[in-house]
Amino acid sequence: MGNVLTIILQRLALGLLTLLIVSIVIFIAVNLLPGDFAQSILGQGATPEAVASIREDLGLDQPMVTRYFQWLGGVLTGDLGTSFAQANFASFSGTTSGATTIAEQIAPRFGNTMFLAMITAAIAVPFSIILGILAALYRNTIFDRATNIFTLSSISSPEFFLAYILILFLAVLNPIFPSLSNIFDGMPFSERLEKSMLPALTLTLVVTAHMMRMTRAAIINLLASPYIEMARLKGLSPMRVIVKHALPNALAPIINVIALNLAYLITGVVVVEVVFVYPGIGQLFVDSVKIRDIPVVQACCLIFATAFILLNLTADIMSILSNPRLRHPK
Amino acid sequence: MSEEPLVKMRDVWLEGRSDETWNPIINGVDLTLQKGEVLGLIGESGAGKSTLGLAAMGYTRDGVRISKGTVEFDGIDLLTASAAVKRELLGKRIAYVAQSAAASFNPAHKLMDQHVEGPVQHGVMGRGESEEDGMELYRKLRLPNPEQIGFRYPHQVSGGQLQRCMTAMAMSCRPDLIIFDEPTTALDVTTQIEVLASIRDIVEQFNTAAIYITHDLAVVAQMADTIKVLLKGDEVETADTRTMLSAPTQEYTKSLWAVRSFERPLKPAVHTGSVPVVSVQNVDAAYGTVPVLHDVSFDMHEGRTVAVVGESGSGKSTTARCITGLLPPSAGQIMVDGEVMPPDYRKRSKDQLRQVQMIYQMADTALNPRMSIGQIIARPVEFYLGLKGAEKRKKVDALLEQIELEPSQYYHRLPSELSGGQKQRIGIARALAAEPKFIICDEVTSALDQLVAEGILRLLARLQDELSLTYMFITHDLATVRAIADEVVVMKDGRVVEQGPKVEMFKPPHHAYTDLLLSSVPEMDPDWLTNLLTERGVDNIGDAAVDKM
Amino acid sequence: MIWFVAVLLGIAVLAWLFRWKGQQIDWSEYNAKFRDMPFSVAYGYILGLSILLWLYWAYIQGRSLHPETANKFFFLRIAIEGFIIFAIAAWVFRLFGRSVGTAGTKKLFRSMPLTASFGILTILIYAFLAIFAAFIAPYGQEQIVPGVAANIIPGGDPALGGNPDFPLGTDQIGRDILSRLIYGAQNTVGIAFATTVLAFLLGGTLGFLAATLGGWLDQLLSRAVDVLMAIPSLIFALLLMTIASVWAPQLGIPLTFFMVVIIAVIDSTRVYRLARAVGQNIVVMDYIEAAKLRGEGLGYLVFKEILPNATAPLLAEFGLRFCFVFLTIAALSFLGVGIQPPLADWGTMVRDLGGFVNFAQFAPMAATAPLLAAGAIALLTVAVNFVVDWMLQKSSGLKE
Repeated sequence: MGNVLTIILQRLALGLLTLLIVSIVIFIAVNLLPGDFAQSILGQGATPEAVASIREDLGLDQPMVTRYFQWLGGVLTGDLGTSFAQANFASFSGTTSGATTIAEQIAPRFGNTMFLAMITAAIAVPFSIILGILAALYRNTIFDRATNIFTLSSISSPEFFLAYILILFLAVLNPIFPSLSNIFDGMPFSERLEKSMLPALTLTLVVTAHMMRMTRAAIINLLASPYIEMARLKGLSPMRVIVKHALPNALAPIINVIALNLAYLITGVVVVEVVFVYPGIGQLFVDSVKIRDIPVVQACCLIFATAFILLNLTADIMSILSNPRLRHPK
Repeated sequence: MSEEPLVKMRDVWLEGRSDETWNPIINGVDLTLQKGEVLGLIGESGAGKSTLGLAAMGYTRDGVRISKGTVEFDGIDLLTASAAVKRELLGKRIAYVAQSAAASFNPAHKLMDQHVEGPVQHGVMGRGESEEDGMELYRKLRLPNPEQIGFRYPHQVSGGQLQRCMTAMAMSCRPDLIIFDEPTTALDVTTQIEVLASIRDIVEQFNTAAIYITHDLAVVAQMADTIKVLLKGDEVETADTRTMLSAPTQEYTKSLWAVRSFERPLKPAVHTGSVPVVSVQNVDAAYGTVPVLHDVSFDMHEGRTVAVVGESGSGKSTTARCITGLLPPSAGQIMVDGEVMPPDYRKRSKDQLRQVQMIYQMADTALNPRMSIGQIIARPVEFYLGLKGAEKRKKVDALLEQIELEPSQYYHRLPSELSGGQKQRIGIARALAAEPKFIICDEVTSALDQLVAEGILRLLARLQDELSLTYMFITHDLATVRAIADEVVVMKDGRVVEQGPKVEMFKPPHHAYTDLLLSSVPEMDPDWLTNLLTERGVDNIGDAAVDKM
Repeated sequence: MIWFVAVLLGIAVLAWLFRWKGQQIDWSEYNAKFRDMPFSVAYGYILGLSILLWLYWAYIQGRSLHPETANKFFFLRIAIEGFIIFAIAAWVFRLFGRSVGTAGTKKLFRSMPLTASFGILTILIYAFLAIFAAFIAPYGQEQIVPGVAANIIPGGDPALGGNPDFPLGTDQIGRDILSRLIYGAQNTVGIAFATTVLAFLLGGTLGFLAATLGGWLDQLLSRAVDVLMAIPSLIFALLLMTIASVWAPQLGIPLTFFMVVIIAVIDSTRVYRLARAVGQNIVVMDYIEAAKLRGEGLGYLVFKEILPNATAPLLAEFGLRFCFVFLTIAALSFLGVGIQPPLADWGTMVRDLGGFVNFAQFAPMAATAPLLAAGAIALLTVAVNFVVDWMLQKSSGLKE
């Protein structure tokens, strides 16, 4: 058991290190900006005082290494800084009281995005795994071919295409769900669910296809192994072969598939939130990219990367834990 | 009541699918097996013996179908029986022992859990009773620690023991028939003998009928009452073991038997004081920090074949890697013609590299699949000898003739269009193209069928006589050693255990390990195993004996 | 919801009846099939049949004379018709391929599934459109035809707000949508293709070098790639595009150029991984060892021994990478930071025209323009994926 623990601790340490390096990469990337971006963000008409005040606010006059550690220290204590848009607004209006921090800005949106991701996962995970196992069991039948064509098509389609198709059929032609997801705090759960349904279904379509194909491949791979043939030749019922012999070994690849695809959701969420005007972190990210609000972009990027790394780490650790060779060393 | 056969297969045709078409695997074979009889099914790779063995259980793998014929087990037609009826038979009355025990045990469950699954599911015994019985079977199969071994996971048990655990599992419901599908092919000879002895014992004890599938004639001679020989899906002949061994009627069977008799004439002893072509001197080597070779020394003289023998992990291939310079030794040196070689091949001159050539075990991975035969052989000709154009072509043609392949026919072919033996010949031609003094042959015949392998050995022997080449012949197969070696080096755990001329090596007294190794190689005599067991006792063979050393 | 469950239960009953009946009737050859048929399979048959029947019913509805009903099922009708037309075209194309060309191509077409022949046909059409866009398109991509209204409805029926000169209508500033769609093939596909090639040159070269040389170079590159791959690619692309959008005007280099480089670099990490893995599989082969022991140089090893054996997996990966790059560019454009106007581009068109989807109920034709642009993207990636899928299946089948 100590063996497994060491490996897991190693992976965790590696994950943290990756995260640290990623934060450096993001920080450096942002600092590749030309000249003085306080000036550029405020535009030519800005008063020198306003520029100076922002520079001071953001600590742009400090050397880069100092700024990195200040930023990192801030991030670790939950302080993601102040957005340009807000700082800009504050400097023009002459007040500082109205300026909220990025953390305050992101927090509710982060919650919304998590909500969307969880609904998607709740629909997509069971659906795609069952579908994947069925396709593997009945491989090379009409059913398998049809699902293959369907999933390939849905993987290949851009998220916004799927989104518009769903809007067309489920919102416009048959008004079942609303096409805009204007969610706000204090909304009852059922209404929230209803309004999040279309974005969740869009993401489900994308993720299900990936997850189903990967599950199918994993199960087919497994069913080809000699110990499954052995189980069949022992005269066990098909059900028992699957439950007792295939599933315990399929768990690792399936968990891996789930974690990897939840990580994939992160990319999908950005486009889908924009299409449905869903007030999540993805939309904030895109809006900030458009107005070049660097601190927000930086913060969102870090959050996305963290989620991505954590999910990949989970996949890694889960597959270590479910490997009998590692769990029961010689 | 007249004795009804247990298994009756009549005119069975099997087909396998590749690229949307069905190709024949077995063409109308009959098979009859009486209760308690052991049938040996032998043939070369691709003869369809495993497919036929599985068909006797009414089972076909994906992409294989029974296109014609009947398969009856104890009067039940297996081909028309419903899935439920077949399930009731499989495991309970018909059991299967696969080639690779390591892959055929489920890695997620303990051995005992897998052992009791059959009896419990088929309602033969309860769990507790079946566990007791399992331990009893483990004891009968002479597994160490029979009370505990079942509570381990498959990866915690060695290959030979795992194979016996699988035999125990097959026995768990006391079936009437067991199919053994090459159960010892993946094992070393010293491990194999233990498994053979225990399988034979237990099958006799319970009077179980068995179909024993193998490509090794000597093994089947020990195990079977009757032998059936297959060639490319056709039955060649069937007879009881002793008749088959002493008086085969068919040409093909005779030629199989004859392979074992190839042996080269003895060469005079090496002059003392002559400079060896290659001399390995006090070589130590390690992979990373794991030491593999310890103080290995031996000489190889011109025109001689030195066979380096040992089981897997004994360091024979590592020694070859040290000689070629792929793995620079951590101590000691390699001398070629009395000259010290740079340890790393990258530091060696073109001429030094040319002197040492290599022929590989797997001809499939040794030839670039995207190059034509001509290109493959021409490259060293051009690279070392600097020949171009027509001269180069002439040299390549000469080389192809030397390895007995018609140049015009093979020059433009790709390796994938050649048979295994032909590919191996191309490997030899590529080595010869460098005009070397010394060639390392790394298990060159072990992936080939016996007849083809013999052809390669004869070719190598002829080339040695013509070109006075020196061979280092790495092998685990003692029959090959007998056929071709002049001198023998026995290795174990990275050390040289014994070395000397072949005549002396095959004559006692030996080092204990050499003795064990030699005695473990099955012989064609059907009484060989019985004699060996009475001579040595069941506890002095195989791994048990190795452990005592 | 209740209806949904009821329908599923109904199908279950029908499936049970179907199997039961099948077991009763004596059809000698199907007897064993029905006897061993699990309930789930019977359920599948009936479910599939019900879906087909429903589609048929919907298609009839789509052809209904009652405009409201017809409008409602208009898109389903188009989808079904499109599906059938594509299937027939693919079938004809395969038939054509089987009878024309060299023995090699004929053999290729003979074992080809319909999906793959559809894929190849579609790719060919796209390539044709992209190359000859200037000759095919009726108007220029940036051309605002004088005196033509903006937002003409597609369909060319003046009664419904169309104009026969502009079969697919005009966009928000009066440019011909058909022309822009055709030019989109040139711009979007061309840029994606160039990006993929760049990613392959970069990632492929480094990957093979790492596999062949190993050692510290391999370690360094692989760790760097690990870090870059730890950031989700679209997010990273958006971050870098933000920075590039500040730089681009200052340096006077078009933003699109930055986009190509950024996406190529991000994607080259994936290519690197594959090239390295494929390279490593080849490097352990004995023929490489033989070549090394012969004293061959690095150039010979990479170009003569490794590359020729890596073409099949690399070609398949090229298809997949192209799809990925293409979708990333489309997403960036859709988000407004990709290919910049006035160049015609499908992603941008979807963003600009997307709102029309909401008119589908009253004027189905109005909603077709954004769907056509989005569909054009989807169609190409689906086509490429079908071909790649076939290639992968073929190569894995050959190994067995």
